[in-house]
Amino acid sequence: MKKSYQSLEDNSDHTMKQVINRNLSSRFLLLGLIALLSFSSHTIFAQDGDPVAGKSLFNSQCAACHKLDKKMTGPALRNVEARLAEDEGLDRQWLYSWIRNSAGMIKAGDAYANKIYNEYNKTAMTAFPQLSDADIDNILAYTAQPKEEPKNTGLPPIDGGPKGETSSFSNKIILGALALLFALLAAGLFLVNKTLRRFADEKGIAVASDDREERTPIWKAFVQNQFLVLMSAIFLLLASAYFAYGWMMQVDVNQGYQPIQPIHFSHKIHAGDNKIDCKYCHSSARVSKHSGIPSLNICMNCHKSIAEYNGEVTPEYSKEFYDGEIQKLYKAAGWNDAEQQYSGTPSAVKWVRIHNLPDFAYFNHSQHVTVAGVECQTCHGPVEEMEIVYQHAPLTMGWCINCHRETNVDLKDNAYYTKIHEELSKKYGVNELTAAQMGGLECGKCHY
Amino acid sequence: MKSLYKILLITILVGAFTSCQKDSRPNYQYMPNMYEPVGYEAYGEYEVFPNEQEAMLPAEGTIARGMSAYDYKNTEDDYQAAKANLVSPLDSTQVDLERGKVLYDIYCGICHGNKGAGQGTLAKREKILGIPSYADAGRAITEGSIYHVIYYGRNSMGSYASQLSEEERWQVTAYVEKLKTDLEK
Ligand code: HEC
Ligand code: HEC
Ligand code: HEC
Ligand code: HEC
Ligand code: HEC
Ligand code: HEC
Ligand code: HEC
Repeated sequence: MKKSYQSLEDNSDHTMKQVINRNLSSRFLLLGLIALLSFSSHTIFAQDGDPVAGKSLFNSQCAACHKLDKKMTGPALRNVEARLAEDEGLDRQWLYSWIRNSAGMIKAGDAYANKIYNEYNKTAMTAFPQLSDADIDNILAYTAQPKEEPKNTGLPPIDGGPKGETSSFSNKIILGALALLFALLAAGLFLVNKTLRRFADEKGIAVASDDREERTPIWKAFVQNQFLVLMSAIFLLLASAYFAYGWMMQVDVNQGYQPIQPIHFSHKIHAGDNKIDCKYCHSSARVSKHSGIPSLNICMNCHKSIAEYNGEVTPEYSKEFYDGEIQKLYKAAGWNDAEQQYSGTPSAVKWVRIHNLPDFAYFNHSQHVTVAGVECQTCHGPVEEMEIVYQHAPLTMGWCINCHRETNVDLKDNAYYTKIHEELSKKYGVNELTAAQMGGLECGKCHY
Repeated sequence: MKSLYKILLITILVGAFTSCQKDSRPNYQYMPNMYEPVGYEAYGEYEVFPNEQEAMLPAEGTIARGMSAYDYKNTEDDYQAAKANLVSPLDSTQVDLERGKVLYDIYCGICHGNKGAGQGTLAKREKILGIPSYADAGRAITEGSIYHVIYYGRNSMGSYASQLSEEERWQVTAYVEKLKTDLEK
């Protein structure tokens, strides 16, 4: 057994060199060798190939450029062996040498190799000298598997697009129906009251209303009691002052602001489920005032390979809905997924800005993110759980100041602070300094 | 009867006020001319710009401060040339592997894995397949080819030039080299 493995390996080593040298005579020798070997039980197994092992190899080595049923950097590979045998008369030997060293074959002038190379705009396929014949057999076995039909789970298809709208629509219907019901009830009560009174009038029963005249009505009693009037006037004034103050204080505070974005971009899926670092997309937060919204080329770094959504779905958002959103991204970037190239005219995605300080206040991300080492979530809340982003903090001056009073400055390993720290800690007689003691309360730091 | 009308009136008023408070619309401002900038704000929409977008690509032929021109083109030939000839301008004292690691973990680790073996989160979750290990013999990456690939991308990998400055790219390159030698051990 061991021996046959050995010879297989030697042999694969051979093939590679042979192809490079295009040495015909030794090629014949090799063919003979392979013919001999194919009688041993080992190679027969290898010839058939193991699609399961092939799948993992394919996914780790080839899937960067090939998909089974779709053109990517390279051609679709479903049934590639059968296709090449039929159309071009190429055998498995050709495939072995192509996969191990396609560049060598192109250079050596192999006709089909050059044809396909030019067809793909001279994109070089990586060489895989490390793959043995058995490995390649496994991969080919995997590519020869019939296409899986989409599984029918028996569930009725969930309607995709305007899911959110329908639910809010039905809410409105329910509310409207309730309001109508109340109106009917009120009208009913009114009518019942009226008819009862009419009956009473006809029968000559005096409805007990006469003796009411004798008692002073409650409001008159109230007006006559001056103390009560004074107290309730004060109470009313205070209450309205309280509400007026509350209302005026919330003017221009946009906590909870959650606009609808042109593309339904879910931070929950990107930063939560797939754990993409915030700074991957908001990369200028490290070095500048602004955190920045990623341009579309950054989206396409991943979405060239991710054309559809295969993660968890909720009743509110279905797979079709998410796929449609990715198509919107492709349309804006001008990417043609079938051709795998940029061919359309790109257009801007007009994201709606959420966090926005007034013009007279200055806030700098790199000071907080890089220098102070504050996590994004401290200020922006649990963004990685938000399906749609909303403003978590009030962004008022009081909010900034509170945090400056409470947060210590990270002085460690920061040469810039060593001297300041010494002087200031002497001045305040403390070991740790808050941002406020460093000058984070000076008006000019935030207003200029 | 009167009380009924009053109750109705109050419900209508309350309804009218609460329906104004919507999360999908920004709140009122006291004095918009104090709040809204006169100059052009980052990411603003202004008529003077093409497409009304303040965010634009740098003018062609310009080089940002602190960066230098990169002479290799985005072609296979120049990839091979960079692979063979391009070397890092950082000497051993300027290489900061700690910073390289931080940047690498943010921008590359998500696909290539924090060890560089091609097992990042996206690969493990089978969202993006076929991410190579840096130690792949068939690729035989070098300092120059790593930098070239960060700059232009390669096949299904995109360019990272817009997220990393020139110096940061070389720091990441140095860190990838380290990962490669660790993997080959
Ligand atoms: C770096 C990207 C890349 C990788 C990785 C890659 N290929 Fe390719 N492959 C290509 C390209 C591009 C072509 C088209 C020919 C050319 O331009 O060289 C191609 C062509 C082929 C062909 C010929 C298909 C035909 O229709 O003629 C086969 C077979 C093939 N590849 C198999 C594989 C296998 C198996 C693997 C994994 C072990 C693999 N490739 C990995 C890029 C790649
Ligand atoms: C895959 C790219 C990506 C990642 C990763 C990402 N974001 Fe975003 N982020 C965006 C895009 C695109 C927008 C604009 C659309 C929107 O508001 O939903 C945005 C918007 C935001 C906003 C609102 C900006 C405004 O208009 O005020 C905040 C805050 C934010 N992101 C924080 C984070 C945080 C915190 C993380 C990490 C947990 C993170 N983002 C991760 C792409 C990303
Ligand atoms: C680091 C890789 C990466 C980047 C960068 C990225 N995405 Fe995604 N995106 C993903 C992954 C992974 C999924 C989930 C796919 C799945 O689960 O099958 C996804 C899903 C989506 C979806 C469908 C789910 C949803 O959120 O509605 C949309 C739309 C989307 N991305 C848009 C964008 C946009 C717009 C950008 C640029 C701001 C972007 N993506 C950048 C990796 C990325
Ligand atoms: C100390 C609090 C704080 C921290 C920490 C913070 N932000 Fe912000 N963020 C703000 C404020 C305040 C604004 C509004 C800035 C303005 O309008 O000028 C903002 C605005 C934004 C915006 C809108 C676009 C822009 O740049 O103005 C995005 C996106 C954003 N932050 C993302 C992030 C990310 C990602 C992180 C983590 C790396 C982060 N923020 C860390 C407070 C913070
Ligand atoms: C999560 C706590 C936190 C919040 C919220 C916060 N800051 Fe800060 N801020 C800090 C810390 C910590 C520092 C000190 C950073 C350093 O090491 O220099 C700082 C420093 C600053 C500085 C520089 C101060 C100096 O002495 O040079 C300015 C300006 C500033 N913040 C503005 C703001 C504004 C404006 C807001 C509100 C929109 C805000 N900050 C909200 C924690 C916070
Ligand atoms: C840490 C940063 C910071 C410091 C220090 C600071 N402010 Fe402010 N200030 C802000 C922010 C942010 C706003 C915007 C609040 C808003 O939009 O609700 C603001 C708003 C204001 C306003 C307008 C009121 C409003 O709500 O619109 C006045 C007036 C003001 N500041 C005065 C001062 C004075 C005086 C000082 C010095 C004693 C000072 N500020 C120090 C951050 C700061
Ligand atoms: C979105 C996933 C993704 C991210 C993020 C990513 N890469 Fe890649 N990388 C790939 C894929 C896929 C390939 C295979 C490309 C091919 O087919 O040749 C690759 C290939 C490479 C190669 C080998 C290229 C060659 O010469 O053959 C290097 C080096 C590399 N990446 C470095 C990096 C660095 C450095 C970063 C971070 C700045 C990074 N990658 C980020 C997906 C990614």
